[in-house]
Amino acid sequence: MVAHKTSRKNISNLHVPEPLNRPGATPDFSDLHMPDLVSDKTHTLPRPIPLVDAFETEQLASGLVRVLTLDGRAKGPWDPKLDADTLRLGLRNMMLTRSVDKRMFIIQRQGKASFYMKSLGEEAIAVASAMALKDDDMVFPSYRQQGLLLTRGYPLRDLMCQVLSNSGDKLEGKAIPICYSSREKAFYSIGASLGTQMSHAVGWAMACAYKGTDGVSCAFTGEGATAEGDFHYALTFSSTYRAPAIINIVNNQWAISSFQGIAAGASKTFAYRGLGFGLASLRIDGNDFLAVYAAIKWAAERARTGGGATVIEHFTYRKEGHSTSDDPSKYRAKDEPNAWPLGDPVDRLKRHLILMGEWDDERHEALEKELDAYVLKTYKEAESFGTLTTQTGINPATMFEKVYEDMPEHLRRQRQELGI
Amino acid sequence: MSDQVSQKPKMKQMNMIQAINSALDVKMSQDPDVLVFGEDVGFFGGVFRCTAGLQEKHGLHRCFDAPISEGGIVGTAVGMGAFGLRPVVEIQFADYIYPAFDQICSEAARLRYRSNGDFTAPITIRSPMGGGIHGGTSHSQSPEALFTHIAGIKTIIPSNPYDAKGLLIKAIEDNDPVVFFEPKRLYNGPFDGDPHSPAKNWGGHELGLVPEGHYTIDFEKARIHRAGNDLTILCYGTMVWVAEAAVEATGVDAEIIDLRSLSPLDLDAIVKSVTKTGRCLILHEATRTSGFGAELIAEVQEHCFYALEKPIMRVTGWDTPYPHALEWEYFPGLERCSRAITRIMED
Repeated sequence: MVAHKTSRKNISNLHVPEPLNRPGATPDFSDLHMPDLVSDKTHTLPRPIPLVDAFETEQLASGLVRVLTLDGRAKGPWDPKLDADTLRLGLRNMMLTRSVDKRMFIIQRQGKASFYMKSLGEEAIAVASAMALKDDDMVFPSYRQQGLLLTRGYPLRDLMCQVLSNSGDKLEGKAIPICYSSREKAFYSIGASLGTQMSHAVGWAMACAYKGTDGVSCAFTGEGATAEGDFHYALTFSSTYRAPAIINIVNNQWAISSFQGIAAGASKTFAYRGLGFGLASLRIDGNDFLAVYAAIKWAAERARTGGGATVIEHFTYRKEGHSTSDDPSKYRAKDEPNAWPLGDPVDRLKRHLILMGEWDDERHEALEKELDAYVLKTYKEAESFGTLTTQTGINPATMFEKVYEDMPEHLRRQRQELGI
Repeated sequence: MSDQVSQKPKMKQMNMIQAINSALDVKMSQDPDVLVFGEDVGFFGGVFRCTAGLQEKHGLHRCFDAPISEGGIVGTAVGMGAFGLRPVVEIQFADYIYPAFDQICSEAARLRYRSNGDFTAPITIRSPMGGGIHGGTSHSQSPEALFTHIAGIKTIIPSNPYDAKGLLIKAIEDNDPVVFFEPKRLYNGPFDGDPHSPAKNWGGHELGLVPEGHYTIDFEKARIHRAGNDLTILCYGTMVWVAEAAVEATGVDAEIIDLRSLSPLDLDAIVKSVTKTGRCLILHEATRTSGFGAELIAEVQEHCFYALEKPIMRVTGWDTPYPHALEWEYFPGLERCSRAITRIMED
């Protein structure tokens, strides 16, 4: 094949947005609407009462709500003032999520699973959300909120068996890895079609209101899928019926290889979109455990007391590839993950706890080791149920089950045709 | 008779709109988890009046208007269904179901499977379908084959008030998602496929005599609309009545099978009939290529090959968009169906 030297220059009037940080570039985030992080201005954004008129959240949607300063202090009206035990639990859940991700990535590379997706750098969003919600508030995750399941105490072995699609998989190998489902843990089935779960969350919230429960639904989408119609359906319906829902946009800057500007266009922020629907809207530092916790608490209270839905943009950064099938060095600057100005959620909470005198490096290291050992031990148990590439141990007859409540005649005939 | 009718039902003459309305009313009265929403279905009662009076009787929270957002209507219904409600949503015309297609086939149809039964979507999606009302390209389509192709949903098309009510109640009670197409040309009366013949209504028609209360009709049970020995006609919806008129016009002793439920399909009834008659004609309004008729032909040839005396034939809509001015040239009407019957009966 002859290599052609191509020019990526745009010689037309058609505007095609491009990120600043393509491979080879020095990371530069000046194109993002980011406040001055060194001065603590963002920590002075007001925390209105949750039942505030939605349009009064305008500066919260265009600004960036933060609690933790980069040097580890908790500051400003959004500080949820959590006790040290709760903070340590949050740290532990984030570190557990990170440890599980690390192990599952390795086993995918060893060929034992077909696929995996890490949430490195985004752990605070799932973990703090789960801790701020009630355990029976239904969450409608996208595929990067495994921290919700782990925080809610879903058995790690079951989670790993799902990734391995083996005989221990509660879903009997029907779904691809990471498409978990647990009604028991109020964790909705992940479908992997992007954005589709958003209107389900709103329907669920409408059902909560209809039945008079105080339940809240909490949905997550990446910033890329806010371009899907489903996102707009969800915002319209939650606005019209004042659904007790929390609509989270995890803006991790990258939708596979497309930078956030492809979905954002000329929008000021993603959170700002909520205002057009008359929904309270917040843009928060997604790498700030305390800010996520405070925002979800605020939105849940607003929803539970009849104020309707809140749109929350979690401003964060996807440190790894989209999935095990992706290589981000092909499309973004190599140093970008480490140059992210809002730091790392685990490091930041750790620093905060240390500053409080409630944590130290030795304990941190020991916890890391303890979690890695627990994850490895659990993985070995999980692998004893088989792997996708060795033997799944899943009965082929189950393929025809759960298509319908009762197996219709034509599926019975097809099962016989397969000889089982 | 497999129909489960409550004891000594009180009967009432209804058209198909009234029968559908009655099914919704019966279920809403019985089950507080049944709620109805869609475009214009609330105060106004629907553009075809199928939900008239339901909001007045059951409350604003049980029957309400939805934004013009078919994807949002089905998407929120899936979420409600997962919660445990039994939403019945209306898509104003089948032609407008496509924005909801992803929600139907990627979500409603797969939720039970991908979660291995952890979450389900017991929802009913009602939508008027078919031509014969000068609806042109955008108000006449018959997209049933797009749905029968999807594992995980059921596709139902009634042809008369009695079936419409019993099947709709069954659909609402079913724990799987059901797409329920209502042939709008039949709402007010049977239609013989000849636009020049005087309009009929359901008044006095035996299939317009409907129990007032609760009853259900099982899916996967076709209805023998007319028993016969020499030819099997497989059809559903509006074409059942065109078939009846064509059989009368040609004087052939044909067995007309109203499939009612396309998925699941009553293959036994089809095989039994074609094995008996040796001839099979399939009628549908939808476009021909990859239409449901193709599926029927495949099943009939596989199961009845040695009984067949003639090639299986089908009369369908042409493979064009549904034209406005040339509606009756497009519609597989009385004349085309009669001609096909005559041809298939030739030795």
